[in-house]
Amino acid sequence: MNALAVKDLHVYIQGSHILQGVNFEVPANQVTALLGRNGVGKSTTLKAIMGLYPSTGSVKLFDKELNGVATHKIARGGVGYVPEDREVFSTLTVKENLNLAAHAENPNFELVYSLFPELLSRGAQRAGTLSGGQQQMVAIARPLLNKNQILLVDEPTKGLAPKLVAEVADALALVAHESTMLVVEQNLALVKRIAQFIVVMDQGKVIFEGGPENLHDEKFVHSMLGVSGGHN
Amino acid sequence: MDTFILISITGIGLGALYFLVASGLSLIYGLMGVLNFAHGTFMSVGAYMGLWFSTQVVHTTNTWTFIGALIVGGLGGGLFALIVEQLVITRLYERHIDQALVTVGVALVVGAMLGGWFTNDLRLLPTPTWFINIVKVRGAIIPVDRFLYIGVAALLLVVMLAILKFTRIGLIIRAGVENRHMVTALGINVRLAFSAVFFLGGFAAGVGGVLTAAYQNGVSPLTAGTWLIYGFIVVVVGGMGSIGGSALAAMLIGITKQFANYYIPGLGDFVIVFLLAAVLLTKPQGLLGKVSA
Repeated sequence: MNALAVKDLHVYIQGSHILQGVNFEVPANQVTALLGRNGVGKSTTLKAIMGLYPSTGSVKLFDKELNGVATHKIARGGVGYVPEDREVFSTLTVKENLNLAAHAENPNFELVYSLFPELLSRGAQRAGTLSGGQQQMVAIARPLLNKNQILLVDEPTKGLAPKLVAEVADALALVAHESTMLVVEQNLALVKRIAQFIVVMDQGKVIFEGGPENLHDEKFVHSMLGVSGGHN
Repeated sequence: MDTFILISITGIGLGALYFLVASGLSLIYGLMGVLNFAHGTFMSVGAYMGLWFSTQVVHTTNTWTFIGALIVGGLGGGLFALIVEQLVITRLYERHIDQALVTVGVALVVGAMLGGWFTNDLRLLPTPTWFINIVKVRGAIIPVDRFLYIGVAALLLVVMLAILKFTRIGLIIRAGVENRHMVTALGINVRLAFSAVFFLGGFAAGVGGVLTAAYQNGVSPLTAGTWLIYGFIVVVVGGMGSIGGSALAAMLIGITKQFANYYIPGLGDFVIVFLLAAVLLTKPQGLLGKVSA
C-alpha cells in the first residue's frame, strides 16, 4: 500500500519549469529516499507536496488529494515537514518552537525528549543561539510532536559535523519505525542505513525507482548521482 | 533645567502618540509585508467614533466619557481595520505592490467620505476640564494631558507585549514575523494571526486617533496623513515588526523633534528626516529590527 502517490507534478518558479512531470510513490511504513544531484528539484518536490509552491498534477495521501489544499491543512492532515536549512524560529526559545508546532491533542513530548534529551535542558534558550546540530534537532522534533501519516525530511544532515550526522541518523532510524518517511539526503551511508526504497531525480523528472541495494553499485551511483558511493 | 524637563516630557508625550500609530503598522508590515497606507484611516475612524460617542451617545464631558471615547474609538479603529483586511487585503496576499496601491485607494476614498460627511474642518472633541490643568515637575510647567498620552501608550505597549509573549496567538505572530511560510507548514492558519494583528493595530490606531484629536483640539480627516508619515518613519527607525523598536523610535523621534523645534525653530521635521537618513545609512534594519537573510 502506498502512503503517497505523486503524479505528473509540475512546478514553475518565476517562469522556470522546475518540476517537469514528477511521478513516484512512497510505500507505507517504509523510508523512501529522494536522491539526485544539486538543483534537480528534490526540495522543490517536497515543498510542492506541502503546498508551499503552486503546482499542477496530483499528490495523494492515502487517496486523499492534497494538491490545491492549503499548507496548514496538509500539515494538520498528517504530513510532517522538516525543511532544508532547519528554519527554526530564531527569536523564539526551544520550548516555544516546540509549543508552536504541537497541535495534536496529546503532543508527544516524551518521544521528542527521549530522542533529543538536550532539547529539554535547553528549553529556555533562544533557538537562534543553538548550534547547527541542535537546531536540526528542533527542526526534526517539531513534526514528531504530532501524529504523522508521512514525514517529509529535507537534507537532515546537511552541514553537520560527522558526530552530529551519526546522532541525527540514529534519531531518524528510530523515527523510521514509527512513521512513513520521504527523505531528501545526499549522505549515501545514511540512505543505505534507513531507506528501503530510492527515487532518483534529474532535471525535474524521476529517472529511477528501486531498492537501495543499487547504491552499492559504483557505476550506478556515479551515473545517477555524479558522486562516488564508496566514500559515503 | 526646567526647559529641558518641559521639552523632554512633551517630547515623550508626542512620542507616545507616534507609537500608537506606528505599533500596528510595524506588526502588519513585519508579519504580512504589507505597507498599509490605509492605516491613517483607522485613526480617523477611531477619532470620529470617539467623537460620536462623546457628543451623540453621552452628552457629558467628564473623565468616564473620555475613557469611553477611547474604548469606542479603539474598537471602531480595530473593527474597521478588520473589515479592510477581510475585504481588501485577504484577496491580495503576496501581491505587495497591489496591496500598497489598494490601501492608498482606501485611504483616499475613506478620507473623502469622512470629509464629505463631516467636512474637513476641525470638529472639537469634548475633553474633561482637567485636560487644561498643568503640573509642575522640578519647576517645569507641564500640560497634564501629556501624562495621559504617555500612560495610555505605556498601557497599550504592556498589553501588546503581554499578548505577544504569553498567548498562543502572540506566539504565532512572533513566529510569523520571522517566517510565515514555516508557520503554515507546522499546521497553523496564519491568516487568523493576520486578522488579529490588523485588529490590534487598528485598535491602537483608533485610540491614537482619539488622543491626537485631544492633542490637536479637534478631529479632521486631513490630519491623519501627517501622523501616518511619522508612523512610517518610526517603523523604519525602530525596525519592521518590532513593537519594542517602535516604542524606542517613537520616543527618540518625539523628543528629538521637540528639542529641534525649540533650538532651531521650524526645523523639527527636517531634523527627523536627517535622523531617518542616518539610521538607514548606519543600521538599515532599524534600531531593533532583524537583519534580512
